Amino acid sequence: MCALSLHATYRDAGAVTVVDLGGRIVLGDGSALLRKTIRSLMDSDRTKILLNLADVDYIDSSGIGELVHAYTSVKNRGGELKLLHLTRKVHDILQITKLFTVFDVYSDEPAAIATFL
Amino acid sequence: MAPENKHLEVVLETQVESVNLAEEMCLRVAEAAGFDDEMCYRIGMSVREGVINAFHYGNQERPDKKIHLALDLTPEKLVIHVMDEGKGFKLSDVPDPLAEENILSTSGRGIFLMRAFMDEFEVVPGSTGGAEIVMSKMLPGVVHGNGHGQSSAAGNDAASQKEN
Repeated sequence: MCALSLHATYRDAGAVTVVDLGGRIVLGDGSALLRKTIRSLMDSDRTKILLNLADVDYIDSSGIGELVHAYTSVKNRGGELKLLHLTRKVHDILQITKLFTVFDVYSDEPAAIATFL
Repeated sequence: MAPENKHLEVVLETQVESVNLAEEMCLRVAEAAGFDDEMCYRIGMSVREGVINAFHYGNQERPDKKIHLALDLTPEKLVIHVMDEGKGFKLSDVPDPLAEENILSTSGRGIFLMRAFMDEFEVVPGSTGGAEIVMSKMLPGVVHGNGHGQSSAAGNDAASQKEN
């Protein structure tokens, strides 16, 4: 029931890299995979990142911490990290933790991509 | 015949896998107790956060220490106890994750989420010398003293807010 691990793939949309995530971003492999994916993208100078969370149906405090880490890491490299297609649970978690005001969140992919500098 | 109290207790290893195990176990109990999907989600999340807290902060991820999880199902509520074997802590010492200086912290939101998702929450000194988190959720249909039933906690209202 709660053992669905995170999976991540990415694709280029011009200068923006869209990362499609699915599963649960939680303590352990889920958080580790997100960190590894972001680090790998930054290592190849991809610092305009759009995280598509359409298939992420669960996030715990560890996953929230990993999202924040990704956001600050990319920002510190002069890049941008934005969020796309939040599910209700992820949306609610970001809202009650006030992170909804930190992240740029979009519900339309082309529109989100167009906002990157 | 009056409903009986039910008690379930397990001792978990200090390892990441214990977090999922505890969540699974509590979800089964919560479902059997009649909580709906949304309440089960909140209970499951709170148990996760309690065990993560014990695993990481309480037991310092030391495998020689244990995590003690207990569930009490009464006619009124489901009570969850998570006890570690650490040094204990005071709630007043936990930084506010909503404070401006903490908003970009990569940790420290577990206690906040438990308080938001459960009806009652407290941290007491555990019999192990560590901290014991005690949190509860009123059963479906059980009315609080304030008459609002299982969704009356301020945190629950916050968790239910929708995007404008």
